[in-house]
Amino acid sequence: MAGTIVSILLAGLLTENMILSKFLGICPFLGTSKKVGTAFSMSVAVTLVMIIATAVTYPLYAYVLIPLGLEYLQTILFILVIAAIVQFLEIVLKKYIKSVYNALGIYLPLITTNCAVLGITILHFTKGYSFVLALVNALAAGLGFMLAMIIFAGIRGRLETADVPEFLKGLPITLIAAAIVSLSFLGFVGIGG
Amino acid sequence: MKKENLKYLTNGIIKENPVLRLVLGTCPTLAVTTAAINGIGMGVAATVVLVGSNLVISLLRNIIPDKVRIPAYITVIAGFVTVVQMLVKAFLPSIDAALGIYLPLIVVNCIILGRAEMFASKNSVLPSVLDGIGMGIGFTATLTLMGAIREIIGAGTVFGLPITAGFIDPMIVMLLPPGGFFVFGILVAVSNKLATMSGKKAVEHTGCGECPMKDACKTGGEA
Repeated sequence: MAGTIVSILLAGLLTENMILSKFLGICPFLGTSKKVGTAFSMSVAVTLVMIIATAVTYPLYAYVLIPLGLEYLQTILFILVIAAIVQFLEIVLKKYIKSVYNALGIYLPLITTNCAVLGITILHFTKGYSFVLALVNALAAGLGFMLAMIIFAGIRGRLETADVPEFLKGLPITLIAAAIVSLSFLGFVGIGG
Repeated sequence: MKKENLKYLTNGIIKENPVLRLVLGTCPTLAVTTAAINGIGMGVAATVVLVGSNLVISLLRNIIPDKVRIPAYITVIAGFVTVVQMLVKAFLPSIDAALGIYLPLIVVNCIILGRAEMFASKNSVLPSVLDGIGMGIGFTATLTLMGAIREIIGAGTVFGLPITAGFIDPMIVMLLPPGGFFVFGILVAVSNKLATMSGKKAVEHTGCGECPMKDACKTGGEA
């Protein structure tokens, strides 16, 4: 059990990184990774929503959809549940935990259509994780998202002042830099079994 | 066909190519283009969803209340995605295996929500359907092109037919995640160069394109 948890954490952080190897959450990766602080807040919000979304969608799928033979409703149910959770979280945070809302509030609406959240809730089932392991997997994926966002925010800071050939300026050089970061993460393949 | 209808149809193919000009749908673009055939599979699946959702949303555009429009759009889109998912599973199991999790993730593909918000919610049925078809062709063509490039360099084949397989060693890295980022970066650079040469602007830096959440994203990026 402990070994499985460690290998899930390592996979989420390094070998199966959400952004760099599964290409989930590319929009926030390219859109909000300009400053380290912003990248950090966005990742915290994503991690939080991933864990809560897993805690709600996993039992719904395992104990409602499967017994009723309605597995094909997975996509439509999950996206609506995630949208509802995000909305609910925004209202609760705004009302009760103002400081957290001020830090994370602006990122929450973006998360509904973030493929990383929907992706991870579906991936738990393709991998056949139990409920506890699914929660660990959501945490690991969120931390991996954070790692990639923060590393890349640092690189973006350097790119801003770098002397880039005219036709590569902007999005192209950002993508090529992402390719190099992704290449370096390939070096971790094999870690954690 | 009337001239303006033709314009709606061709708009998405080059001038507003969803991937290279609007920078939407980046996740599937990078993820599934390890082979040209996967590009076609993803492109056609997304096109079917896009045309269906554009059709329904333009029919309902005066009924859906403004405040709940995004959840309403997502529900319509998710319905079509489910239909496509079931059809692909039943009739094209190899494509289903290749696309895997990215097939249900068409729901959160910004191209579809983006066109619902930008176009179908403001236009009547025929232009919306034509826009969906045009955007779909643009998406499919770009994905297929990118898949073909990665397949030639990474495996020496196109659509499984050997091209350079005998005399050039394939660079497997092109089929791995870094190859996706790299080829997409180069394609955007080429498309930017062509656009600036014909007097248009290079694409924006944010990667949000015309995503409906762009404004929120921008304030998020600057805060």
